[in-house]
Amino acid sequence: MEWWKDIYGALKAADIKQVVFVPDAGHAKLIDACIADNDIRTVPLASEEEGIAMLAGAWLGGQRGVLLMQSSGVGNCINMIGLMRTCRFPLAAFVTMRGQWHEFNPWQMPMGQGTEPVLEAMDVLVDTVDDPADVARQSEAVLHRAFIGMQAGALLLHQRLMPVKTFGD
Amino acid sequence: MTDSSRADSFPLHRRDIAKQIFDSGGENLLIVTGLGSTNWDFTAAGDCERIFPLWGAMGGAIPLGLGLAMARPEKRVLVATGDADTLMGLGSLTTVAVQMPDNLTITVFDNERYGETGMQATATAHNADIAAIAAASGIPVTGTIRDQEEMDTALPEVLEGRGPAVFVIKVRAEKLPFVLPPKDGAYLKDRFRIALLGDTGIV
Ligand SMILES: Cc1ncc(C[n+]2csc(CCOP(=O)(O)OP(=O)(O)O)c2C)c(N)n1
Repeated sequence: MEWWKDIYGALKAADIKQVVFVPDAGHAKLIDACIADNDIRTVPLASEEEGIAMLAGAWLGGQRGVLLMQSSGVGNCINMIGLMRTCRFPLAAFVTMRGQWHEFNPWQMPMGQGTEPVLEAMDVLVDTVDDPADVARQSEAVLHRAFIGMQAGALLLHQRLMPVKTFGD
Repeated sequence: MTDSSRADSFPLHRRDIAKQIFDSGGENLLIVTGLGSTNWDFTAAGDCERIFPLWGAMGGAIPLGLGLAMARPEKRVLVATGDADTLMGLGSLTTVAVQMPDNLTITVFDNERYGETGMQATATAHNADIAAIAAASGIPVTGTIRDQEEMDTALPEVLEGRGPAVFVIKVRAEKLPFVLPPKDGAYLKDRFRIALLGDTGIV
């Protein structure tokens, strides 16, 4: 389970300076690596939608940033994504999926299943990665498409990449 | 009981305050407005490329200003927004207080109304106190401004003080003529970036 290092490597190669997040267990190691990196500002958020607006501000100021969140957080972002589309701000979001595969918590199901359709409804380009061997290339691609291609995109990290979570049952 | 019509007779007029801040701010000041009246106020004060006026994204003005302030620590960033926009994104005050950008000033033009949508009373017309919420969120500099003398006293702090700061400016609940900036968001973004970053702002 070292694929997070490939995301970190892609963030560094793309000169990402702000990493904003509401944590998910699936992102925990990546977040720790970003916190330890003096060249990256890591920002814990109260709500994911703040993160979208922050990334718009970062871009206005000439910096690149990314948003890390779990699939439930996508639901908190929808209206703010309108800002990115209207102004054609670049957006790169890394979304750890729940409610997809071996999900033990039914409360994660609705937003997990809704993540892709609502992002697509807001014209966010969506890719999914489910093979650790592809994380590096797909992370690079989502960052390239945002900051070179000037698009809004999200990389969904399939639940298959995460350890199966249980509360003991 | 609270008096939810008291804002009808607050002495400060929002357009005067926006003009005072804009005129005193100079070239170094980057301005982000919220949707609604603060957009029209700062457009009236001097529509220019150093203002990024929001036409939507309710709840977003403060975090947008935070991302900008962190990206450009050598510039003063002023967020000017409404009480309802602030209330929608209250959590972002806690986020600001974690990052502590000393170049960020947030001015809340508090007319105690959802002005744009028909002047319905917001929570600040009742018991909510945004300056107190900001202080409790960990913002080191906070204050409430109620008249011109208090505004004049606070102005240097607004423009040059060590932030982050949140000033609630109690302004009269008044419906004023629209003064509109360009509404194409991509244009507003690009003109701001080019003014700030020069050729590197062009993609
Ligand atoms: C998410 C969202 N909800 C509701 C609206 C409708 N709306 C537009 S402006 C506004 C009120 C803004 O009030 P405030 O921020 O206090 O600014 P004022 O107009 O009073 O200066 C509302 C509710 C919206 N644009 N977006």
